[in-house]
Amino acid sequence: MNSAAGDMDAFVQPHFLKNLILTSTRGNNRTMKKIVLATSALAFCAAVSTTAFAGATLDAVKKKGFLQCGVTTGLPGFSSPDDKGNWTGLDVDTCRAVAAAVFGDAQKVKFTPLTAKERFTALQSGEIDILSRNTTWTLTRDSSLGLNFAGVNYYDGQGFLVSKNLGVKSALELDGASFCIQAGTTTELNLADYFRANKMAYTPITFDTSDETSKAFDAGRCDALTSDQSQLYALRIKLKNPDGAMVLPEVISKEPLGPVVRQGDDEWFNIVRWTLFAMLNAEEYGVTSENVDKMAASSKDPNILRLLGQSGIKGQGLQLSDTWAASIIKQVGNYGEMFERNVGQGSALKISRGLNALWSKGGIQYGPPVR
Amino acid sequence: MAADPVTGAAPAKAALWRRPVFRSTVFQVLLILGVVAVANYLFTNTLQNLEQRGISTGFGFLSNEAGFGIVQSLIDYDETYTFGRTFLVGLLNTLLVSGLGIILATMIGFVMGVARLSKNWLIARIATVYIETFRNIPLLLQILFWYFAVLQPLPRPKQSLELGEMFFLNNRGFYHPVPVFEQGFNLVFAAIVVAVISIVFLARWAHRRQEETGQPFHTVYVSLAILFGLPLLVFLVMGSPMSWDYPALKGFNFTGGGVVIPELMSLLLALSIYTGSFIAEAVRSGILAVSHGQTEAAHALGLRAGPTLRLVIIPQAMRVIIPQLTSQYLNLTKNSSLATAVGYPDLVAVFAGTTLNQTGQAVEVIAMTMGVYLTISLSISTFMNWYNKKKQLVER
Amino acid sequence: MDVHKQPHPDLPPPATSVGVVGWLRKNLFSSPLNTVLTFVALYLIYITLVPAFQWAFINADWVGDSREACDSGGACWVFVAVRFDQFMYGFYPEAEYWRINLAFGLLIALMVPLFMEKFPRKGMLIAFNLIVYPVIAYYLFSGGAFGLAHVETSRWGGLTLTLILAGVGIVAALPIGIVLALGRRSSMPIVRAVSVVFIEFWRGVPLITVLFMSSVMLPLFLPEGTHFDKLLRAMIGIVMFQSAYMAEVVRGGLQAIPKGQYEAAQALGLSYWKTMGLIILPQALKLVIPGIVNTFIALFKDTTLVLIIGLFDLLATIQSAFSDPNWLGFSIEGYVFAAAVFWVFCFSMSRYSQALERKLHTGHAR
Repeated sequence: MNSAAGDMDAFVQPHFLKNLILTSTRGNNRTMKKIVLATSALAFCAAVSTTAFAGATLDAVKKKGFLQCGVTTGLPGFSSPDDKGNWTGLDVDTCRAVAAAVFGDAQKVKFTPLTAKERFTALQSGEIDILSRNTTWTLTRDSSLGLNFAGVNYYDGQGFLVSKNLGVKSALELDGASFCIQAGTTTELNLADYFRANKMAYTPITFDTSDETSKAFDAGRCDALTSDQSQLYALRIKLKNPDGAMVLPEVISKEPLGPVVRQGDDEWFNIVRWTLFAMLNAEEYGVTSENVDKMAASSKDPNILRLLGQSGIKGQGLQLSDTWAASIIKQVGNYGEMFERNVGQGSALKISRGLNALWSKGGIQYGPPVR
Repeated sequence: MAADPVTGAAPAKAALWRRPVFRSTVFQVLLILGVVAVANYLFTNTLQNLEQRGISTGFGFLSNEAGFGIVQSLIDYDETYTFGRTFLVGLLNTLLVSGLGIILATMIGFVMGVARLSKNWLIARIATVYIETFRNIPLLLQILFWYFAVLQPLPRPKQSLELGEMFFLNNRGFYHPVPVFEQGFNLVFAAIVVAVISIVFLARWAHRRQEETGQPFHTVYVSLAILFGLPLLVFLVMGSPMSWDYPALKGFNFTGGGVVIPELMSLLLALSIYTGSFIAEAVRSGILAVSHGQTEAAHALGLRAGPTLRLVIIPQAMRVIIPQLTSQYLNLTKNSSLATAVGYPDLVAVFAGTTLNQTGQAVEVIAMTMGVYLTISLSISTFMNWYNKKKQLVER
Repeated sequence: MDVHKQPHPDLPPPATSVGVVGWLRKNLFSSPLNTVLTFVALYLIYITLVPAFQWAFINADWVGDSREACDSGGACWVFVAVRFDQFMYGFYPEAEYWRINLAFGLLIALMVPLFMEKFPRKGMLIAFNLIVYPVIAYYLFSGGAFGLAHVETSRWGGLTLTLILAGVGIVAALPIGIVLALGRRSSMPIVRAVSVVFIEFWRGVPLITVLFMSSVMLPLFLPEGTHFDKLLRAMIGIVMFQSAYMAEVVRGGLQAIPKGQYEAAQALGLSYWKTMGLIILPQALKLVIPGIVNTFIALFKDTTLVLIIGLFDLLATIQSAFSDPNWLGFSIEGYVFAAAVFWVFCFSMSRYSQALERKLHTGHAR
């Protein structure tokens, strides 16, 4: 609240107070009106003309001293708080990586839990600096919400979770079923599309959080729960009887999930995007959180040297320190480490890499060259 | 503010800035300027922010295709309808739950309010415990509780509780038959309208007769006869132009008939039990506010217990009850927005939730949502002011 | 005539109208209808309260530290006991709990004298509680000064957060409410209009949309880069909302003051503010204390809505505990516990307000 108090001063200042002071000393109504009109017009023009916007987020973040990151209200593997309030997950680590790039300290990040409904407004309004909340990249969101997707940290697709005793083997047998969904997601739209295309009837029952969704499914409110497949595995382990439920084979949509930033700040956009790419490149060249220091000191591979800021453009273009990528890898790890720790074999979810393997290993995760 | 032309420099006159009129004018002008400045400041900021961030503005989105389904709709709706239509669907759902809630809460409230004054000690205690328990627990908590308390014990569709193959209760909702109106049913509707109108006239005539001759005329039975007899007669004459659509288990769920979804049930239960406890208190205070002397005076005039209650006590108690009742109705309507916690598709959940999120146009959507609630509450307060005035006139 | 007429002593009342039997006859079985009602009520109690009582007390498990301790089929209060600290303090660092305890202890110590009849200088104490105490409490909760470690507001939670939200809401809404009430009764048409619009606007919209607006849209209304704490924004929304209700309560008090008081003050030549500050408001506010307490109860219950915007108040903290994989399936216990906590607070406050009402009813009201 300290910082908020400081900001209050800043916003109490502006034009309208000056107007008040000006006008209160004069008795004449007409002059006052003119002055008000003129000043407000001026204020408006000034406001509209200050679109010199680039770099605003980075400066603001640096001034604040921490990164404000929007995450879910709790989704195991992606972002969830433990009972001490510490956040973990793939999306959380993506934010930590950005913090490591900007500050050289992965801990300088604060998390704002958001429901699916709140997330875009929160980013648009500037409440958060980056939205990393397993959000699907779509045309509408990229073009008319004033947002930019900086990349993809998880390639996903929508699937169905059903109770085993329903006796269903394929999603096409789900005609007339009811579905628990999280409100305000692409899931809602895909479901409608899928059933329309297959001429089947369905009943959607929407909830605000994934917790409520799985709780309602558990209580038998709906026949199936539909969401991104990664989430289905995460929600399944939270059921009372995880073995009584199964994920159907169909994947009915493409769900590229990734971090989102506000439109119009290219510099910030680049930082987030290249944070992801740096982690991908690190995995490709075998740089891990364990060997990064050794690599920086002794590696002969020019690719690795450039990545770790030993040669080449270093951090200049991004306006970051030279060791930005080295700090990401040291503190958060490369993409593979992040994946395995949170959703892969090192976690309770045990999701295999699949599409999310590197391009060189049969997946589609691809980091453009650092040079 | 102009100097007085006659007295010119009258010493008794206070200095300009000490005169109340001048002061209040300046103060009000300042206030207006302040308000305009703040509004202008917020407005410019918002415009600037929206523009800078490339967020679409305007109400054009309302005519775009929505593309998502809604579990309960009173009007035709599927995912090919527009976002504008989702607004209507949400609004109607809000009105539905508020309307039903108001009726239920009023019934619970009146019963419990009277019960609390009952001479039967046990009944009075139960009413007291009900009132003190439910009005002191947050509504949101009650909604969540009912949702999971109502939902979880109910059986799955295949093991539904049923009543005569017509009514089914399971964890997907309460299924019931709905009437299907066939050709010729319009005449039955017309007969109902005619019956209602004639009852109104009958009541007026009875009232006038009593004013003039002092002879009461018992309208109740005659009214009931007209209300049910006339439509029934027309119905039979037209050859029973109505059939029933029964729900039946098909695949995973019941189809046909009508359904009250569990979300609606729990919301309704919580809203009416919660608000009922406040209404009960209002009813009790209304009845207690009528002094016992009124009853005694009525008895002294020779009125029996029934007419005493109907003509003396209730009209006076209502004067105390109605304003409180209105504000409780208002609260209930606003509280129905908590639907979003259990997934009932009301205005806030559908429009300020999903639609907002799919279009991203928060400012427009929230403005429209708030506008709806403001309109509802302003019209209810207008009605209440009108009612108060009318009652005051009667009082003299 | 010296016959002393000794009056015959009164006969005792018939056995059926005194003692337990008399009481029963009078209160439970006075008429056939009442008898039926009594039996119906007894049956209802039997089928609802008895199982509930068994579940909650007789068959319940009270001690243990994991879900294995819950095997008797009744309520599992172990779940609540294990999580108790979290329900009370949220994610506040354990080592700093004493600060919260101290702040609330201090508050209780400062409030107790206000309820004593003869405590001198109540006015000073009230002023201290309303102005100085919030500052002390703020530093205790937030830290960052006087050698206290800083605790971010995102870690505040549980019952602590509920109490903070309700407390801030009421303390900040009171002055705004008074100003609005005075504005609504002002003789200046524009002042009146502005107050009416403000009051009716906030009273007309649901709190949940207000919270949503303040939590996610407020930054959209302010210049780029204005950073506000999320909790602070929620508080602003609550205060705005609450001040409108408070204004109506205070207006009720103002209306109850006889016109003679205004006229007498004017006759003495007091200015508007002196009239209000020295004559009218002291009387009016005293009259509406029960109303203020009732608004506070409403606010206290309404704070639960912050869970919808992602703040962890008592209810949200309890709900988040439901999804702990080690403790699945104890939501009823959690909700009942939350209900009990809210009930204890609200019920005692409403009793207090009723008692006050009775006390103030003597002579003061018209």
